[in-house]
Amino acid sequence: MIVRLISGDTPRSPILTALLLLILICLAGAPFLFEGVRALDTAARICIFILLVAGYDLLLGYTGIVSFAHTMFFGMGAYGVALASTHMGRGFDALLVGTVLGALAAIVLALLIGLFSLRVRAIFFAMITLAVASAVAVLVSQFSDITGGEDGLTYKIPRVLTSANRMGEVMGVKFTGKILNYYLIFFSSLALFLLLLRIVNSPFGRVLQAIRENDFRAEAIGYRVVWYRTAATCLSAATAALAGSLFAIWLRYVGPDTTLSFEIMLDILLMVVIGGMGTMYGAVLGAVLFVLAQTYLQNLMGAASHATEGLPLISELVDPDRWLMWLGILFILSVYFFPTGIVGRLRRQGTT
Amino acid sequence: MTAAPDHRPTFADVSLGERLDKAMPFLLIPILVVLGFFAIGAPSSWLTLTVSGLAMGMMIFIMASGLTLVFGLMDVINFGHGAFVSVGAFVGVSVLIALGDWTGATSLLLNMSAVFLAVVAAMTVTGALGWVFERVIVKPVYGAHLKQILVTVGGLIVIEQLIHVIWGPDEIFINRPEMLKGAITFAGAAMEKYRLLAVGIGAVLFIAMRMILRRTKIGLIVRAGVENGPMVEALGYRLRVVFVGVFIAGSALAGLGGVMWGLYQEVITAGMGERMMVLVFIVAIIGGLGSVEGAFIGALLVGLLQNYVAFLEPKLALVSNIALMTAILMWRPQGMLPVVKAK
Amino acid sequence: MSDPILTLKDVYTDIAQYHILQGVDFEVPRGEVTMLLGRNGVGKTTTLKTIMGQWTAKSGEILYNGQDLKRLPVSARARTGIGFVPEDMGIFSDLTVEENMVLGASSGPLDPKRKEWLLGAFPALGTFWNSEAGNLSGGQKQMLSIARAMAEDRELYLIDEPTKGLAPAIIATMANALRDLKAQGRSILLVEQNFSVAKALGDSAVVMDDGRVIWTGAMAELASNKDLQESLMGLSMEAH
Repeated sequence: MIVRLISGDTPRSPILTALLLLILICLAGAPFLFEGVRALDTAARICIFILLVAGYDLLLGYTGIVSFAHTMFFGMGAYGVALASTHMGRGFDALLVGTVLGALAAIVLALLIGLFSLRVRAIFFAMITLAVASAVAVLVSQFSDITGGEDGLTYKIPRVLTSANRMGEVMGVKFTGKILNYYLIFFSSLALFLLLLRIVNSPFGRVLQAIRENDFRAEAIGYRVVWYRTAATCLSAATAALAGSLFAIWLRYVGPDTTLSFEIMLDILLMVVIGGMGTMYGAVLGAVLFVLAQTYLQNLMGAASHATEGLPLISELVDPDRWLMWLGILFILSVYFFPTGIVGRLRRQGTT
Repeated sequence: MTAAPDHRPTFADVSLGERLDKAMPFLLIPILVVLGFFAIGAPSSWLTLTVSGLAMGMMIFIMASGLTLVFGLMDVINFGHGAFVSVGAFVGVSVLIALGDWTGATSLLLNMSAVFLAVVAAMTVTGALGWVFERVIVKPVYGAHLKQILVTVGGLIVIEQLIHVIWGPDEIFINRPEMLKGAITFAGAAMEKYRLLAVGIGAVLFIAMRMILRRTKIGLIVRAGVENGPMVEALGYRLRVVFVGVFIAGSALAGLGGVMWGLYQEVITAGMGERMMVLVFIVAIIGGLGSVEGAFIGALLVGLLQNYVAFLEPKLALVSNIALMTAILMWRPQGMLPVVKAK
Repeated sequence: MSDPILTLKDVYTDIAQYHILQGVDFEVPRGEVTMLLGRNGVGKTTTLKTIMGQWTAKSGEILYNGQDLKRLPVSARARTGIGFVPEDMGIFSDLTVEENMVLGASSGPLDPKRKEWLLGAFPALGTFWNSEAGNLSGGQKQMLSIARAMAEDRELYLIDEPTKGLAPAIIATMANALRDLKAQGRSILLVEQNFSVAKALGDSAVVMDDGRVIWTGAMAELASNKDLQESLMGLSMEAH
């Protein structure tokens, strides 16, 4: 039953299985296992980023194409919910309409970009997505009467999903709408993740991998490479948009920095590469490690920076603002030395 | 000589249509300039905008030329190219700030000497950095586009962060040297002196680059290598050495572009190179990856269009470039002047 | 045959998962024209590319003037004095005829005397000296490719099917040029399908089949023995 749920794609490593179970348990029980708003917020971010990164892995790891527009699609989902909630007023209908429209818009745009650039040369895709994504980011900040510009949009979501909704006490924890909201995100992310797992293990997913390995041969066997690549792009974009909608529902705020920025794009890249490209489970490990590091490691670096205050360059280097640099170095090293990421490592260990 | 049998040369007659097709990319610039004239209406505004569009285009071209050649020669796509723009700007601006007495003086000689020293310093540092970047980041991933994109993006992040470590987290404001401030008026149109200088430098560089590519043996090797690298090697040339040279030169030019862009904007940030990459990519794509002349035309088109549109409808300026790219790729999917690739 | 300029000993080459060369052995005698013959797809082009280094030999020795080339990169092999005319001609079509020729002289400027000789041998190149090579006809491109390899004095020329699809008049021009080259004491390894050209030019012949050398000997012997041709190449080449 469980094997069917994960489409027969077992983790294939005892340590990986244990880690994944641990993550699943921690996320499923987050409101009860960890105390405080920050912990719950971290857990929700992890859920959303797992979905976002898994969707990106479909493109990068399974199809072998690099996109820089994943945050743009993420933002489209988020802004969809935000705009719908702003204009339709608080309500589940607004959330639904925003989510659906955001995802549809993302699919259409992905289709256009895909048909346009993948037709000619896969390398164009990376460059064109970068250009389009940055243009969209600029547009969003310029058309501030619609999008709120740099300030973003704040809106209300159904009361049921906010902490104002108290539903009594469960296991000694006050069960509020916020926790309900968390479970909405948790189960949505889980379901979509399982769906992605199904997609990559379907015949369609296997064609994608054949294209990644050798696009000429795939074309020679009779697969329309452009069509498959574009379809993967659209699926990936839709996933990103849905993750964005969840993010918007959780935060009750969208802004360019939290959804559209190039920084987040880099974060996604780091997560997928460090976790392990083309494995789906890598997205889980990558997102968990990264979000935890982002939340907690920076404190540690702050302490280290404080401790080394006397040493000018060292304290600069371990300054919490410099953590992106260390991630960049880690990123380069992992592309060179662990191209299969943590998951690949764990699996290799399992077989030898 | 007479032993050789005579056979009729078979030179295909080139029809007018084909000629026009070949010349079309070059004609696009004057066409755009004329269209701009009618759209804008006021001749003086048009002249001002044209000069600043050309200036902007020249600077983008300087940054893009290395990227496109590096791709043409070794099929290497460097997403970290923008890092050289930022580093060049920071090194150059640091030199200009250190030479504050020279830039503040009302002497053209002193001003230009300071700018010259800043440019030399910036190009030296970015050239050296390019050499290291090629060895450490790019060389291990020859032939693998996916990895190239990933590691060069990684390199971009690290270099940007190192700029923060060395120069601090904030943007740096810089005044142009005294004699390069202000504008001259011609036919009622104000043209900033600095922009005219940028146009001049860009034009000189483009001509120099063309001369090198057409008149020198190294240039021939580069052009032949873009078309058919294996054959160049089979004739006895070490293409890798040439490639490293081009990579270094391209990085140094990106550094020059960084200094020029910094003085143009009068403010520099570590992320400026990353932002410029968007325009650089657009230019390289619409020009035809690997083509220096294509990049030149593409850069001028982007610069002019952006300035015209910014005047007519400011919010659409950046989108205009995407529209331009879309239109040109619909017309020529491989870019305006696609390089001929053997095989 | 005492001092061959080039000796291949038991050379194996794989392309992807295919074993193309499976133990190639032969010698190219100094100062002679050696024909490399065989049906299509038996590994002749791969043999030339392996000598040049464009494909890497998995094992075996490629001795050129006694030096094993196997570890040298392509450009270094060229600089030892090997000229290469690939099957696809490798013309730089964006460059002019002149520029192609200038690149052919890789160790210095194009020698005016040599240029004069080559233009005498291939007059069409002089006519189109300043035109883009991409606009040349197929035969002119082939001449340019050969002339480019000859643009500086090299000891050994590897030439892959120079007459493919060319008119007889052009073939004669080409054959004359190769004879000139031989008269200067240079060695040539020539892949050729046109048997009359092979017969007219070749001193010795190497016949390949299925990635191996199946016969070596004097060209004259092969040319005079139809049965031998039949058994080696499956058909009489005279029929071509």
